[in-house]
Amino acid sequence: MFDLKVKLIAQLNLQDLTPEEIGDDQPLFADGLGLDSIDALELIVLLQQQYKVKLASAEEGQAVFRSVRTMSEYIMAHQPKV
Amino acid sequence: MKTKVYIRSSGMISPQNTFGKSITLENPVLPGGNRMNAIEPDYKQILDAKSIRRMSRIIKMATAAAQECMDAADLKQPDAIITGTAYGCLEDTITFLERMVENQEEMLTPTAFIQSTHNSIGAQIALTMKCHGYNNTFVHRGHSFEQALLDAMLLIAEGEMKNILVGGVDEITDTSHAILSRFGLFRREPVVSDLITNPGKGTIQGEGAGFFLLSSEASGDDMATLDHLALHFKPSGTHDLLDFINQEMEAQQISIEDIDLFVLGLNGDLKNDSEYDVLQSAIRDHQKNAFFKQLSGEYPTAVSFALWLAATTLKNKKLPFSGPGMSSRGNMKRVLICNAGLDGHHSLILLSAC
Amino acid sequence: MIVKPAAEIFVAGVGVNSALGLNLAANLHALQAGSSGIGPITYLNTKHREVFSVGEVKSSNIDLGLLTGLSPDTSRTALLSYIAAREAWDDAGLHHETGLRIGFVSANSVGGMDKSEDFFEEWMADNTKGKLKNVVGHECGYITDLVAMKLGIHHYTSTISTACSSSANAIFHAARMITAGYLDVAIAGGAEALTRFTLNGFNSLMILDPLPCKPLDENRKGLNLGEGAGYIVLASAKAMSQLETKAYCRLSGWHNVNDAFHQTTSSPEGFGSFMSMQGAIRKSGIRQEEIGYINVHGTSTQNNDLSEGTALIRLFGDALPKLSSTKAYTGHTLGASGGIEAVFSVMSIAHGYVYPNLRFETPMKDAPLLPETSFSIDHNLRHVLSNSFGFGGNCSTLIFSAA
Repeated sequence: MFDLKVKLIAQLNLQDLTPEEIGDDQPLFADGLGLDSIDALELIVLLQQQYKVKLASAEEGQAVFRSVRTMSEYIMAHQPKV
Repeated sequence: MKTKVYIRSSGMISPQNTFGKSITLENPVLPGGNRMNAIEPDYKQILDAKSIRRMSRIIKMATAAAQECMDAADLKQPDAIITGTAYGCLEDTITFLERMVENQEEMLTPTAFIQSTHNSIGAQIALTMKCHGYNNTFVHRGHSFEQALLDAMLLIAEGEMKNILVGGVDEITDTSHAILSRFGLFRREPVVSDLITNPGKGTIQGEGAGFFLLSSEASGDDMATLDHLALHFKPSGTHDLLDFINQEMEAQQISIEDIDLFVLGLNGDLKNDSEYDVLQSAIRDHQKNAFFKQLSGEYPTAVSFALWLAATTLKNKKLPFSGPGMSSRGNMKRVLICNAGLDGHHSLILLSAC
Repeated sequence: MIVKPAAEIFVAGVGVNSALGLNLAANLHALQAGSSGIGPITYLNTKHREVFSVGEVKSSNIDLGLLTGLSPDTSRTALLSYIAAREAWDDAGLHHETGLRIGFVSANSVGGMDKSEDFFEEWMADNTKGKLKNVVGHECGYITDLVAMKLGIHHYTSTISTACSSSANAIFHAARMITAGYLDVAIAGGAEALTRFTLNGFNSLMILDPLPCKPLDENRKGLNLGEGAGYIVLASAKAMSQLETKAYCRLSGWHNVNDAFHQTTSSPEGFGSFMSMQGAIRKSGIRQEEIGYINVHGTSTQNNDLSEGTALIRLFGDALPKLSSTKAYTGHTLGASGGIEAVFSVMSIAHGYVYPNLRFETPMKDAPLLPETSFSIDHNLRHVLSNSFGFGGNCSTLIFSAA
């Protein structure tokens, strides 16, 4: 999950944040980290580019991107086996 | 236009030290090559950290300059925001184009695309200031800023709005500079201090964000009044800048002799500067001339720098810079900005002291 | 404080091209017949050719070049712009000999991007490559100047770019220039050609529908991009008396506000849309009950249609006028949409045309608008409202009224 946090920070240009400051279960959207719909789209691309995981639709993102942990679990469940 | 228009305040980010409280201007920053990049503040001190991450450089420049302008006017929100930009958000446009080519139209991220639209500059300013008022963006080449000013003057004359935030902004990116260089626009040899006095082939590229608060009401502490603005487009042939000026001045019932300072758009390119020959002969006292592009560089909305220079001069009763083409004069009442822009876009702006 | 315009502004001519055809007659024919112009991509060179439905103008650049007398290497945006602007010029019976001060206020969002993106491919491979002629017309304003020069207009030329509200803003900027006495006549509106840049841009936002769109429908999946150009000729009363043509109608009201909510999404309660419509109605001086038809922005995205729908219901309550989105016919023509839809709205007043909202089946649960589903003629139509809402929260509304 640390690696995922590093990538998340880079993709979303969260310049002042370190991976340590993002809780594993911290809500990413709304009150938590304060991400919005554009960020959700950026995360969809992140998953595709870095992990080869494709979401079925933008709506799926709501559940998948709830926290770093839910993202990580989704990636592990859907990442193509090499 | 009958309604008086006051320039209450300004905010300018430019290749000179024009931004912030400690404005140090006496000795102008000289160009080093054939481009002059803006001197930018630490945006983290001025803009909200959460918003900055998505903002490109041009949006940060414009938002910071706009904010400085509003702070100087001691106003939270304007009634309208009007922006002029010819090139728009180049950095984001180019980023998206590059990714589109590299990734062959797959897996593209939206941030660069949404920030690439010309009006995202004015939109970000509105978001920052939570301003729901009229918001427009003019993108007409060398008239982009002047048309934004004209639109603002129309709004004031229509009587529905009092305080209009107007700005002109364009940026340099490595790619745009390289592409424009292929058109032969810029000097091959680096220019140091004699851009205007030693003209050659080409000019130097500049960039900046200049914002102004125009108001229908005098505040008692305004920079100047904006008396007249005229636009003219003539893509080729003789440009009759002097005729244009005489015509417009006559309509304002003044003559060239009544102007105390001419802020002229010569840019060091022989062909471009020849546009001003006849005018300069007519201005008998050459001490009256100030050349702004040796300070701002050449870019489509550079007249925003000229307006900042003219308004600042009238407010402080002296030119902010010293040096060649910057003679200090006492008791300046009227300033005329004349720009014979690239591609035939000419403009005149007349200001008076308050 | 909203003040009625100081003088009346008349609409003396129109010109339009879109997926429905290259001129007014073709567009009206398709509108009346319920024939959508949405279909597969045939001209744009893109990897997504087999994926998305779009509203293409059914002509190649070579054909457009022949039609206009311009080189086929000219930006497609300029070609479409010239065709519509020229049609509007002729329709209003303009000539330079009238001595009228004529202006051209045009809008587009990506200028000559259709050529620049070709340049970019070559440039990225080798930065000494790339034809400069493909990038010389990149700027939005270049397109306008090119068309203005071909029309011989030099008194005042301007370009406005506020994404999808661009040409609506161009139209009322031109009206205000006439009212203020700078111009007697103005051709105002906008143009936009399909580009890989915009297609991929909207795709990255995941708001494109691969199938023909369903504006205002609960099951809408997104928008279809379109292309085209639309201009109306605005004239003062004095100028009208010099032109040999009759006015179609008046431009009686306009308004622009900024939603100031988010860079791309509209506020859920449709604050910007609501204020834009309310302001335009106030400016026109009419009562809102007098509006007979609304040409909604209706892009078919989840966000816009809900936001706009919410605003419409809040403003009109149970007394919603007839309404529809013509984007089901043309696709979303971005910078040109306000101009094209202004032409359709003018025809609405002039002939009583009320257009259907094609492919509508199920009202939105949270904003149950019931748009028109068939073409009709309403001879009592006296006032029409047209919405155009763009990225950056830019919300504009125009009102056309019987002359």
